[in-house]
Amino acid sequence: MRALRAYLRSPPALIGSAILLAVLFMAATAQWFYPNDPLGLAGRPLQWPGANPRFPLGTDPSGRDIAAQLFHGARVSLLIGIVATAIAVLIGIAMGAVAGFYGGWVDTGLMRVTEAFQTLPNFLLLLVLVAVFGSGIETVTVAIGLVSWPPVARLTRAEFLTLRTREFVQACRVQGLSDAHLILREVLPNALPPVIVYASVVMAVAILLESALAFLQLSDPNVPSWGNLIGLGRNVLRTEWYVSAIPGVAILLTILGVSLVGQGLNDALNPRLASGR
Amino acid sequence: MRRLEIEGLSVRLPRGADRAFAIEEVSLHLDAGEILCVVGESGSGKSVTAAAVMGLLAPGLSVAAGRMRLSGEDLGGKSPEEWRRLRGRRVAMVFQEPMTALNPVMRVGAQLAEMWRVHLGLDRREAEARALSALREVNLPDPEGALRAFPHELSGGQRQRVMIAMALALEPEVLICDEPTTALDVTTQAQVLALIRDLQRRHGTAVMFITHDFGVVAEIADRVAVMQHGRVVEQGAAREILTRPAHPYTRALLAAVPGVAAPAPRLLSPDAVLEVRGLSKTYAARGLFRRRRPVRALADVSLTLRRGATLAVVGESGSGKSTLARCVVGLLGADGGEIVIGGAPLPRRRREAARLVQMVFQDPYASLNPRRRAGAQVAQGPIAAGVPPGKALEEARRLFALVGLDPAAVTRFPHEFSGGQRQRIGIARALALQPQVLVADEPVSALDVSVQAQVLALLRDLQARLGLSILFITHDLRVAAQLCDEVAVMRQGEVVEAGRIGEVFAAPRHPYTRSLIEAIPGRALLGR
Repeated sequence: MRALRAYLRSPPALIGSAILLAVLFMAATAQWFYPNDPLGLAGRPLQWPGANPRFPLGTDPSGRDIAAQLFHGARVSLLIGIVATAIAVLIGIAMGAVAGFYGGWVDTGLMRVTEAFQTLPNFLLLLVLVAVFGSGIETVTVAIGLVSWPPVARLTRAEFLTLRTREFVQACRVQGLSDAHLILREVLPNALPPVIVYASVVMAVAILLESALAFLQLSDPNVPSWGNLIGLGRNVLRTEWYVSAIPGVAILLTILGVSLVGQGLNDALNPRLASGR
Repeated sequence: MRRLEIEGLSVRLPRGADRAFAIEEVSLHLDAGEILCVVGESGSGKSVTAAAVMGLLAPGLSVAAGRMRLSGEDLGGKSPEEWRRLRGRRVAMVFQEPMTALNPVMRVGAQLAEMWRVHLGLDRREAEARALSALREVNLPDPEGALRAFPHELSGGQRQRVMIAMALALEPEVLICDEPTTALDVTTQAQVLALIRDLQRRHGTAVMFITHDFGVVAEIADRVAVMQHGRVVEQGAAREILTRPAHPYTRALLAAVPGVAAPAPRLLSPDAVLEVRGLSKTYAARGLFRRRRPVRALADVSLTLRRGATLAVVGESGSGKSTLARCVVGLLGADGGEIVIGGAPLPRRRREAARLVQMVFQDPYASLNPRRRAGAQVAQGPIAAGVPPGKALEEARRLFALVGLDPAAVTRFPHEFSGGQRQRIGIARALALQPQVLVADEPVSALDVSVQAQVLALLRDLQARLGLSILFITHDLRVAAQLCDEVAVMRQGEVVEAGRIGEVFAAPRHPYTRSLIEAIPGRALLGR
């Protein structure tokens, strides 16, 4: 409750929440405002925003409605962000918790795996995964999750390393509780706050990674994602720059919203760090 | 000559705190060449008083009323810049934790020399020469070596000597010592107290000495001020207050100071519930590049705890007593020897060992999970052992009542309890599994004296009612004498002396035991 009140008092958190709510609103009402297929032909290609009252944000080089793609794209971007983050956080917590709790050779082994993932630039790894497994939207989402977990694992491990030696964990050991209980009920709830905050960073990066893939035309071309739209605008960047700029601003704002929420969470969950500001 | 005068000082706490003022209408004075002990329990406002005099009040705290004068000069309305020039040069401070008060990545000599370089602008050679003589003055065994050492390479007592040298470097008019010996072993504490006394006499410094320990007061004070809930309730000459306390709070505090004389010996059962035979444990030197000496924490330790009795294991830090406790409850594996409980070796499986031996931990704040309800933490052991959750929770309520807590409090979170109450929860948690042996690792050393006395009384009462057998680990001989039937004195991993506590304390055979008893502060004046 105290954390919630602190969250509601912080201006960045409120602005971030408002932006995210707007994106959520777009995603939720896409079907209602634009019931037709956003990837279907709608009118003359490359009409400037405002030129035709039917297309307030104009049309892309294939004559598709940019506003419709923007609304439907919000769904895709949010979905990718949330699912990929969930995958990354789950893998990261599992790896980090086991490594940090047991230490010793288990820790060494798992951390070498983590480092192996970290030494490769994650976009490169993502390209490899997409090249091998195809570029369906599900594959892309899972692949983004798979390249994003190592920092989560390291963070969780660090928290576990300090928490596992705390007296209350030892007290539970003496009480005869199982390792599973110690990890899930005792240590994890105490280790979670920084991981939750970091998850917002993972989510922002996941949305960006998908856009980057789409810009290279390596993402699923059959879904109306923002990245795809930017990619479509690439060829006409010098004359009809709005095709890329409109979804670009959408991505920028969404990521700003996610980051602000993350910062608000951080201030709310780590009140001691926030009080200095 | 008046060095420091505090008149009607009140310090306001931020809104939302449990009271409006940290200290209220505090009036104290400190003359040259005198040691004033400010005594009180945690939350009494003694440290806030010291911080106000240093101009180092924590953010959110502010002086609401009153005046402070340093050698006649008003300290009210000083700018941060003026305070900076005052601190170190005219008012200096020695903190409780010498490790955190020293910069860990700077050599001791450089930190010490900084005092003269910053305040007096001396050059490096001259400053270092002064640092060396300052370290000589605080009787460090190897002053040249200490100059080049990093803080972690010195022992706790040596670090505190460095802090004292640093505080006295510029011959301040007033020295404030905030619990400077609380983190030290008894024998080291005795040496540091003697040093402070000696230096204070030689330099004529006025010392304000903050402590919670009446033993220390008896050892060092010229005058005493007793604080409670932010007010000075009594002040006067030390001998006067220690022998004829007027205020009921002072009387209660003095009565709570345990004596070293053990109560009359009880008849002990002949059969042993816990036997430790030839236990040894060495912390190996690990790492490819770091060369560390293996530390021998336990060397062939043998002890016997009789059924229904309390065995005290006493010793200073590094004596291996905590390692012993951890081995006995199975948190640590020993390298050799055996632990026999109730006739059978301690089982390796955690769940089976849990029914035989339980532990009460030292730190009441760290030993409870902050995110789980108190009752759940007491009931979880029995639940893991197969007791139905409803019944285990019912049992937890009964245990809460048994340790003197409100049974309805099982649904509260740990932060809603005070330190003493949390320690009671820790005891209830240990009793939930009805163990044969209770290991208590310094269970009262983090508590105020009056709370300490209550928890000790609770343990004694529980022992009488439930026939508990307790292995009681402590560094405090007075606490051991209160509760225990037998004692084992440990030093560097070995038991140097063991026997009935009354006999060992009355006629110690080993010189180490003797030095421990002699180092107990305040024995002469308190007469106990």
